[in-house]
Amino acid sequence: MISLQSYLIISAVVFILGILTILYKKNAVGILMGVELILNSVNLNFLAFSKYIDAHINGQLVAIFIIILAASEAAVALAIILNLYRDRANIDVTQVDQMKN
Amino acid sequence: MEAKELLFLFIAIVTIASAGLVAFSNKLIHSAFALMATFVGFAALYVFLSADFLAVTQIVVYVGGILILILFGVMMTHRIYDTTLKTIHNPLAMGIISAAALAVILGLVIYRSPWAATVDKPFVPTTSIIGAEILTNYLLPFELVSVLLLGVLIGAVFLARTEEHKK
Amino acid sequence: MIQTALIIWLLPLAAFVINIFIGKRLPRKGDWVSTGAIGVSFLLSYYMLFQILGNYNPDFALQASVPWIDLGETFKLNMGIYLDNLAVIMTVVVTTVSFLVHVYSIGYMHGEPLYNRFYAYLSLFSFSMLGLIMWDNLFGIYIMWELVGICSYLLIGYYFEKDSAANAGKKAFITNRVGDFGFLIGLLIVFTALGTFNLSDIHQGVSQGQLSGGLLTAAGVLLFAGAIGKSAQFPLHVWLPDAMEGPTPVSALIHAATMVAAGVYLMARLSFMLSLDAMLVVAYVGGFTAIFAATIAITQNDIKRVLAYSTISQLGYMIMAMGVGSYTAGFFHLTTHAMFKAGLFLGSGSVIHAVHHAMDKTGSHGDPNDIRNMGGFKDKMPVTYITFVIFSLALSGIPFFSGFLSKDAILGGTLAFAMSQSNPIHYLLPVFGFGAAFITAFYMFRLIIKTFLGQPQKPELYEHVHESPKVMTVPLMVLAALSIWFIYTLPSVNPMGAAGGWFMHLIRQPISAVAAQLGHPVYIITEHAEHAAHVNGIIISIILAFGGILLAFAFYFWKKVDVEALTEKIKPLYNLSLNKYYFDEIYQATVINGLLAWNNLLKWFDENIIDFIVNFSAKVVRVFSAFDGKFDNLVIDGMVNAVADMTLQFGRGFKKLQTGQIQYYIMGALLGTFLIIIFTLI
Repeated sequence: MISLQSYLIISAVVFILGILTILYKKNAVGILMGVELILNSVNLNFLAFSKYIDAHINGQLVAIFIIILAASEAAVALAIILNLYRDRANIDVTQVDQMKN
Repeated sequence: MEAKELLFLFIAIVTIASAGLVAFSNKLIHSAFALMATFVGFAALYVFLSADFLAVTQIVVYVGGILILILFGVMMTHRIYDTTLKTIHNPLAMGIISAAALAVILGLVIYRSPWAATVDKPFVPTTSIIGAEILTNYLLPFELVSVLLLGVLIGAVFLARTEEHKK
Repeated sequence: MIQTALIIWLLPLAAFVINIFIGKRLPRKGDWVSTGAIGVSFLLSYYMLFQILGNYNPDFALQASVPWIDLGETFKLNMGIYLDNLAVIMTVVVTTVSFLVHVYSIGYMHGEPLYNRFYAYLSLFSFSMLGLIMWDNLFGIYIMWELVGICSYLLIGYYFEKDSAANAGKKAFITNRVGDFGFLIGLLIVFTALGTFNLSDIHQGVSQGQLSGGLLTAAGVLLFAGAIGKSAQFPLHVWLPDAMEGPTPVSALIHAATMVAAGVYLMARLSFMLSLDAMLVVAYVGGFTAIFAATIAITQNDIKRVLAYSTISQLGYMIMAMGVGSYTAGFFHLTTHAMFKAGLFLGSGSVIHAVHHAMDKTGSHGDPNDIRNMGGFKDKMPVTYITFVIFSLALSGIPFFSGFLSKDAILGGTLAFAMSQSNPIHYLLPVFGFGAAFITAFYMFRLIIKTFLGQPQKPELYEHVHESPKVMTVPLMVLAALSIWFIYTLPSVNPMGAAGGWFMHLIRQPISAVAAQLGHPVYIITEHAEHAAHVNGIIISIILAFGGILLAFAFYFWKKVDVEALTEKIKPLYNLSLNKYYFDEIYQATVINGLLAWNNLLKWFDENIIDFIVNFSAKVVRVFSAFDGKFDNLVIDGMVNAVADMTLQFGRGFKKLQTGQIQYYIMGALLGTFLIIIFTLI
């Protein structure tokens, strides 16, 4: 029998890896990947709770909305990244700090 | 150990390993393909969680949609054949500190929380239930999300188009 | 009739408004607007005259008024028209002279650069003068009084690019201010005592004794001060000769016929409230002015100045008549004098016009007004000559002319007054009167002989002199016709007296409010004295008039007397007269220099005392301010700056946190979450 905790551990590990990706990479697309990892780990949590605790499948429904939001987020983020690239010829987020000061 | 558990272990390892590859790969294109493996692994885990509809959705939306978008992003922001392009990294230390802290927290939460008793329910196909739910209890979020998608569609097109008339 | 009067009054105002704003762009520069307006007023005023002739009622009076200013119980002022025979006849005089002057000016002012403005001012003047005549309260009369003053100022200064004209305008205005100030005080006395400006209310108030004794005399004398200024009586006569700097038609209209007669008109309106003492002041001022101005006129060489002094002298007559209670005679003289004096001025204008053109043609320079440039013009300008002689005869008081009737009435009045008084000193008044009559005849014929008769004194000018155009001579002829005696004596044609005529019938001495207050007449003029004075007055004045004319001919035409030698013999007297008794110089030395000295004293006081106080207090304030400034700079600013510096330093420190690196922000958010969860769990 696979326990709830094992799913939660997988989810936590992927979440931490997603955070690491966001903090470690300078590339905007890389950061976007990290965000996707985090969203997936959250989804996994929802599904696990839906399976083990909830009598109904509310967790799955929330997960569907999260997938939709993730898709929207990716589309907008990529549009912004493309604009940024067109403007500056690279997508290094550490150099995007015009609004400082 | 049953075969089911072995399979689970294998999928978990593949998923976590490919997620690690996403995080630590030096080449962006490698990260992108590792991300695809992660997504597939998640889809497999969803099957274990008896979420058939979501597993398919995961494959269709993430692998077929978002990942392609990300690949486009990678390719359009670099010269297209330059697969050797290295991502430049921040110092690893600050990531590690944060990750360690998070690991501690999550570990504490997972092992110390008094989880509710497990509900044992048989597998039922979820597609029709989800369809009914979306059109009844979740109708308002559903409508809001459709408006959001419309906004995203227009917004993304507006942001991405070249403003030739300005130049 | 009130409506007719309103139309007569307001038409010139409309013409003024039109001319001042768009006159320049109208065809003929808008002279026809003003002339047409006054022409209609002229015809309507004759319509009114025939109406009162139809009534033939000496007590005729109409009044209509509307509320104007209302400050509750304390002050209420009506705007109204008061029409009696006096006002109607005065209206006729003003519109007649004004209309003729408008017509005459078409010729005289032809080609002047500010032609439209000239006509605008003439219209404004006609409006103000008619308002002065018709208004039913002293307040309105005062307004119009000042308005005619400003018109006079504007028209005297018409050639304002000439310094002398501009100065003459200022002189006229300022001199008038002196008199007007008296008028204003008199007005305030009347209002304080009676609480009204309305003429009939004043009459009633004085009758009931609400204003009496010394205050009544003071009010009368102060109101008379206004008349002294406007009618150029001694000692404020100095402005009128200088006012001749204005265009000649203006002199004829304003400074001979109408505005200067406003003072006389005012005295006529107010004669009911003059106390005995006030009347004596009026009589003596008038009488003295009459003879005083006449003696100056003898020696003047400027044709217009001779006429100006003559005007002052004749106004003195009228004022004197008001003073001795010969109200009707005074106003009669005003009417006849307006006609022939306007005529004299227009005639002199015609001569000046001719000389001016001759000078332009010959290219010679000189004063076109100077009678030493003239002589022998009678053949060249027959119409001007004949009308001028008629006017002079009228002015000199020769029978068959209007002036004789009115002047004789005044002289008879003064004589009767003197004979009725117990104090023989009052015989001075008829002496002044008869003396002035004699001198008037003399200087008028001196003027005629020097201008029109004898040999041309400047032959080269004489050649180019010619008669003025019709538009100028026709008004002269009309005025000459109005100087014939029977116009004023109809239905009688007696050339020796106007007693049976319409004028004497319609204009009657108003019932004196002072007499009503005292309970007996102010003057007791006996029947006997009046009759004797009339007969004697006629005989003496005819003899003196012919004597004066004969003397003038003897001096200047037949040259029986060596004038030069005579002049040498009485040099001091001659100089005195030639220099107008040094009045301008006396005023310069006393009033103007006195004021300047006083001003210098005040200036010294200002500069040395007031300035010292001001500077000292300023210094004190400065020292205190310097200290205060130090305190501000060091303490207050220090505190403010310290707070600001602190904020700045904090800002600089915290700014470092805002790196612009989103990953640092994410890490911050994570650590924050971490801390929160730690606190929740533990």
